[in-house]
Amino acid sequence: MMVMMALRLALRSLLRNRMRSALTALGVIIGVAALLVTVVLGEGTRKMVAAQIASMGSAILMIVPGASAQGGFMGGTGSGRPLQRDDVEAILQARSVRYAVPVDRTVAQVVSSNLNWQTPIIGTTTDYLALRDWPVARGRFFNAAENDTAAKVCVLGRTVAQNIFGESDPVGQQLRVKQMPCEVIGLLAAKGQSAMGSDQDDVLIMPSLTLRTRVLNQNRQYVSTIMVSATSEDDLAAAESEVVSILRQRHKLTDDQENDFTVRNLAELVQTQQKIVETQTGMLRNVAAVSLLVGGIGIMNIMLVSVTERTREIGIRLAIGAREKDILLQFLVEAVVLSVMGGLLGIGLGMLAATLFAKLGGGMPVDFSAFWMVLGFGVSVAIGVLFGFYPARKAARLDPIDALRYE
Amino acid sequence: MTSRPWVAWGVCRLNFFVVEPGASHKVTLPLPHMTDAVENSQPLLRLSKITKVYTRGDLAVPALRGIDLFIEQGEFVAVMGPSGSGKSTLMNLIGCLDRPTSGAYFLEGQDVAQLSRDELAGVRLRTLGFVFQGFNLLSRTTALENVELPLLYAGMKSVERAERAKEALRRVGLDARAGHTPNQLSGGQQQRVAIARALVTRPKLLLADEPTGNLDSRTSIEVMALLQELNAEGLTVLLVTHEPDIASYAGRLLLVKDGRLRTDEKRAAMSAKQALSEWRDEETLQ
Repeated sequence: MMVMMALRLALRSLLRNRMRSALTALGVIIGVAALLVTVVLGEGTRKMVAAQIASMGSAILMIVPGASAQGGFMGGTGSGRPLQRDDVEAILQARSVRYAVPVDRTVAQVVSSNLNWQTPIIGTTTDYLALRDWPVARGRFFNAAENDTAAKVCVLGRTVAQNIFGESDPVGQQLRVKQMPCEVIGLLAAKGQSAMGSDQDDVLIMPSLTLRTRVLNQNRQYVSTIMVSATSEDDLAAAESEVVSILRQRHKLTDDQENDFTVRNLAELVQTQQKIVETQTGMLRNVAAVSLLVGGIGIMNIMLVSVTERTREIGIRLAIGAREKDILLQFLVEAVVLSVMGGLLGIGLGMLAATLFAKLGGGMPVDFSAFWMVLGFGVSVAIGVLFGFYPARKAARLDPIDALRYE
Repeated sequence: MTSRPWVAWGVCRLNFFVVEPGASHKVTLPLPHMTDAVENSQPLLRLSKITKVYTRGDLAVPALRGIDLFIEQGEFVAVMGPSGSGKSTLMNLIGCLDRPTSGAYFLEGQDVAQLSRDELAGVRLRTLGFVFQGFNLLSRTTALENVELPLLYAGMKSVERAERAKEALRRVGLDARAGHTPNQLSGGQQQRVAIARALVTRPKLLLADEPTGNLDSRTSIEVMALLQELNAEGLTVLLVTHEPDIASYAGRLLLVKDGRLRTDEKRAAMSAKQALSEWRDEETLQ
């Protein structure tokens, strides 16, 4: 009842000074908008990264050869002692390791009867799809026998299939990878973008030996990369140390020698990326906090001005019989209404800005859950109460005699 | 208001007959025959040895140096005194806007001298009505809303509030201007709105602080006529003024000087209504 009255009074008073009210609310508008953008984009990024980690397959390690050092000449990553096909078998024996596959990569022109397409090519073994948690949409993946015999078969990603065969079913069709003719035996399910933004469906996968011996003409003993998945995400660290010790032992490294290979944790890479985004949203969050602070101080300032301007009015109200809490409520509600009006506009502006940013940022998911609205609203109420209290208390504690005499 | 307006009115009339015009005597105790006349012998307000000392830094400035005062229900009292005499301080204390340094103040038998701020606000709301020199209406707020204001703080429902406020405006003859804001009203009208605002809570005591200070002579007499009318209906009025003309409309005159009550005399009050009709006669003659 009293609150409703105070609300009416506050609206009337604020509407009397429209320009002043609008400018005062600006700080809260910007603050709440920035806050909303921060949380919405932060949440969007978090979801996107989580989706990417999920699409990559969780708990994956990449092992690449280390750098060679010959007389002070550092050869760069991969120039050291190459990894061997036997290493894959050995790693597979580790307790915390579920899958281990060799991965060789190249980029080559893929040609069918009348279309061609340059695409990344992956040579690997049967467990690759299980490791990547990547189902086959049509047809089948190659089996161990086809790998061992370096059979001329391949499996296409969605993008390659579309570019080479259009809408027609690629399974059973023939194509050429460089000079090697090859039968398409399967079509992979669509996987979408990778953490780095590349199209994971733009790929052609064939048996490791086929790629090494028939396309690249390289030694069949070696592999350029080994991809390992742990039995669970929690076992990733254990898997990493097991892999390291197995490879050190196989490479006959003594305790004082450094690893001649590198183990990379893909999840960590993505997390690094996430951290960058978090730093950016963190900066925005600081902007929001500072803006809210400044907005709050602005409200406090204008409320103090308002209390001084209306000293006589306060005196009249007190003389007539208003209690301290009546005056306190009146001015507190006015500050809160000012802040909340700013907050509501800020929520609108924030939603607009977040949508825009997400569009520019490449289709990041934005979802405006009611929670963020409530948060924005709550923050603006809190700002109003926090910064409106001091002026309101000042008004409530005025001496009625002095206030009445005030000119 | 009092359940027996005629009793209060009786007291008022009685004074006119009992006290000889111009005669002055201290009324520190109710006269025996007055006590007989008033069934309820408790005075509306009683001040006992009231002092008020303002301290400015180390300096103590006494504003009131011991005031004893009775005011019965239905009286019309004028307080006069030079500026700095302490009459404003006295008014503020009686109006429960301030607390005395020492002494007792009984309002309707309740000691209000040392009540808390909010308790004093409650007393102002229920028992007192204020009329000021500068009208003190809320600007950009209609007459009706101004009059409703005290009822708002009394927590009254809006329908009843509007009803009571309209009734009060009707009483001061301004029901036709209920929707006007103060700047659309003349000074006399504004003061009448202020009086309506003071009346709307049905107070026991109306405190008027220089109510005619900002008005021309004609309008001043009109306002005094209204106050006399209200007094005749039983409302106790305490008026602060520095104009002897205005004070002459009151049935009792208090003179405050140097923080003390110098004079307390009852006398026959002039009729403001009569003064108004004389004024009209003069105007028609001219």
